[in-house]
Amino acid sequence: MAMTEVSRRFAQHEELITGTEAVAQALRLADVDVMAGYPIRPYDSVMSSVAKMIANGQMDADFIVAESEHSQFEIVKHASATGARVFVGSSGVGWMYAMEAIVVTAALRLPVVALVGNRALDDPGAFGVEHNDALMVRDSGWLLYWVAEGQEALDATLLAYRVAEDARVSLPCALSMDGAFLTHSQHLVLVPEKDLVEAFLPPYDLKKRRFHPDNPISIAPQYNEDWVMETRKQSDAAMRRARGVIAEAYAELKRLTGRGDPDPFVETYRVEDADYVLIGMGTVAMPIKVAVDQLREEGKRVGFLRIKWFRPFPDEELRRLLHGRKGVGVVDRDYSYGSTRHGGAVYNEVRSALYDLEDRPPVIGFIAGLGGREVSVDDVFQIEAKLEQAAAGDLGAESAHWIGVRGPVE
Amino acid sequence: MAITQTRPQERPELAPIRTIRDVPVEEFYTSGHRTCQGCHSALLMKYLAKAAGPRTVTIGATGCMYVANTSYYATPWVIPWMHTQLGATGSAVIGAAAGYAVQQRKGKLAEEPINVIGIAGDGGGADMGLSAISAALQHTQYNVLIILYDNESYANTDIQASGSTPWGAVTAFTPSGTVKRITQDRWKKNTPGMLVAGHPEARYIGSASAAFGVDVMNKIRTALRVGGPTYLHVHDACPKGWDFDPRYSRELGQLAVECGIVPLWEVIEGELQYNGITRQIVEGRRKRKPVREYLMRQGRFAHFTEEDVDYFQAKVDEMWEKWILPGVLPVQALPEGLPKPGRRAAGLADGAGAAANGAVAP
Repeated sequence: MAMTEVSRRFAQHEELITGTEAVAQALRLADVDVMAGYPIRPYDSVMSSVAKMIANGQMDADFIVAESEHSQFEIVKHASATGARVFVGSSGVGWMYAMEAIVVTAALRLPVVALVGNRALDDPGAFGVEHNDALMVRDSGWLLYWVAEGQEALDATLLAYRVAEDARVSLPCALSMDGAFLTHSQHLVLVPEKDLVEAFLPPYDLKKRRFHPDNPISIAPQYNEDWVMETRKQSDAAMRRARGVIAEAYAELKRLTGRGDPDPFVETYRVEDADYVLIGMGTVAMPIKVAVDQLREEGKRVGFLRIKWFRPFPDEELRRLLHGRKGVGVVDRDYSYGSTRHGGAVYNEVRSALYDLEDRPPVIGFIAGLGGREVSVDDVFQIEAKLEQAAAGDLGAESAHWIGVRGPVE
Repeated sequence: MAITQTRPQERPELAPIRTIRDVPVEEFYTSGHRTCQGCHSALLMKYLAKAAGPRTVTIGATGCMYVANTSYYATPWVIPWMHTQLGATGSAVIGAAAGYAVQQRKGKLAEEPINVIGIAGDGGGADMGLSAISAALQHTQYNVLIILYDNESYANTDIQASGSTPWGAVTAFTPSGTVKRITQDRWKKNTPGMLVAGHPEARYIGSASAAFGVDVMNKIRTALRVGGPTYLHVHDACPKGWDFDPRYSRELGQLAVECGIVPLWEVIEGELQYNGITRQIVEGRRKRKPVREYLMRQGRFAHFTEEDVDYFQAKVDEMWEKWILPGVLPVQALPEGLPKPGRRAAGLADGAGAAANGAVAP
């Protein structure tokens, strides 16, 4: 993409770095104050990166090595309450161990930014990606973003701070990143200079909510039935406002960096004239895009839509982009046993979003790539073929299809 | 590399309190709470706010002192107070202290000492939050004080046994039945002793009782003055949980010390001091009262037989007569021929002795 006039004012240099290193670069640029780490693969390489930058004097922050994930998230929650900009993260069952601290962070409306290096939940042991860990907070008031590549990891981290800390939103934001496929793969990333980030990201200011002797307030007392519902509604209103704030921030980031997608909430690939659209989150984008190109060569009109923001969910974009299609196939890298049509979490959200359309397409669910298993281009061919069959009524549409499962598993 | 540590600062506002007349008149914990009559944990809150003064923030874990203290629109806290999760007191104070430290360093906040005080009950501190408190006591670059108000049960949730509940006490989870008379069969955890043993870099760890107000306030001030991560364990009489008339809270708190069940002590920069009545007992200037006098005045021990009282007495006697550091460290004997501490470094190879003797090389 050609650089705009504005973006040329700011220098950016190219580096070959991993997804987590890209996040670490953004943390340095955002001048984060307090971070807390606890080891679990694969998110933790981001903490190794920032620890090294602090040790080498490239960054001025306190990095606290916690004794559990629960403590990690409590440490940054309270640092955030004092007015410090904070960062934290985890993966898989580590994210689960911290869950109590994670939900109260959202309830307290503190703009903590977290990295979730998506990892399968135990048991049995698996380091590989599944999205169930991050999805566990989908109802709690966390903004949730799914990253697909290195450049986006850096940009989305800056975006996360700006949106989360905006007084109209003031909610925490989790950046989800596929374990191994993105956390540990290298990408060419344009790293901006500090002046660009300073132009984009205003200082964090909690104003009247800062926990400090100058501001004698009691935070999070007992409400019970008197006020809890009103507080919940305030969080709901903040999440509704987040859409507008995200759009505003994304436009500004695009203006400053000279890069980005046309839409802040979804990425579209050859969707315009597509009969069939596949949907996914994260790095599954790559094999799907390759398959789309090959299918197009065979004359099939197939496109791909990647959901970037899962919270707030892109209802409007999905309705606008998917109405009237012959079929929509949702590739979930997660499971939701016993859910509607036994589909994944994304499938059920997409299908629900399209319900009000008069010309709503059939929506078919696919479960693939669990536990870090690769989703290959051939898998995508299989998915597309099943989508066509199911949309035409030749294959059961009532139940999600598991892709690549070996042997009879019943 | 040097261990990063804050150093004790000049803090005239935290001067020792010699008599009750030295205690500030201002209250920073006032009306608005709905704790029980005779609640010594609430009394402790009043003491800590008074002793620490207005440049203080408090962070309270879930427990009585959260639920009964902070009804919306009626907070008793004049200084800032924030809730933290049940097991998170240690993490919460470290997070807040780090937040202030970094912002002061970067010029985002005015430089000043801010007292960061965490408040945990025995459930939140001695059970669930023990690991986070232990971790906090290792972060020597931050000034924090963790106060554990030990009323010896999960008193907020209707009195269930914690690791800090005395042996034999009846609670909602450890009733006395017709077949099993004693179901609370765990001896009370020695939390402050455990923390002293495990955290050689913590410059202040103490044990106190809310029945002795001046002692408690002095301990809070000493901990804040000495700096770094510090810990104070405070035994609080609880009329609801222990089942006695609220008018006897102070008397029972004092009896626990007089019977030698609760010792008053502090370890300041590695030096152990016994305080008040406990000191008199240790120095042989005072006899311990029989534990019966304390136990038999509380409903939670009403089912005790003579045997049970004798067992309780024997365990307390052991703490005084057999422990190497009475009331602090339950080691009962030293290996024969162990040299005195000052001579031990002599056994090290050349060059290693200086570092082992306490000098921290940069």
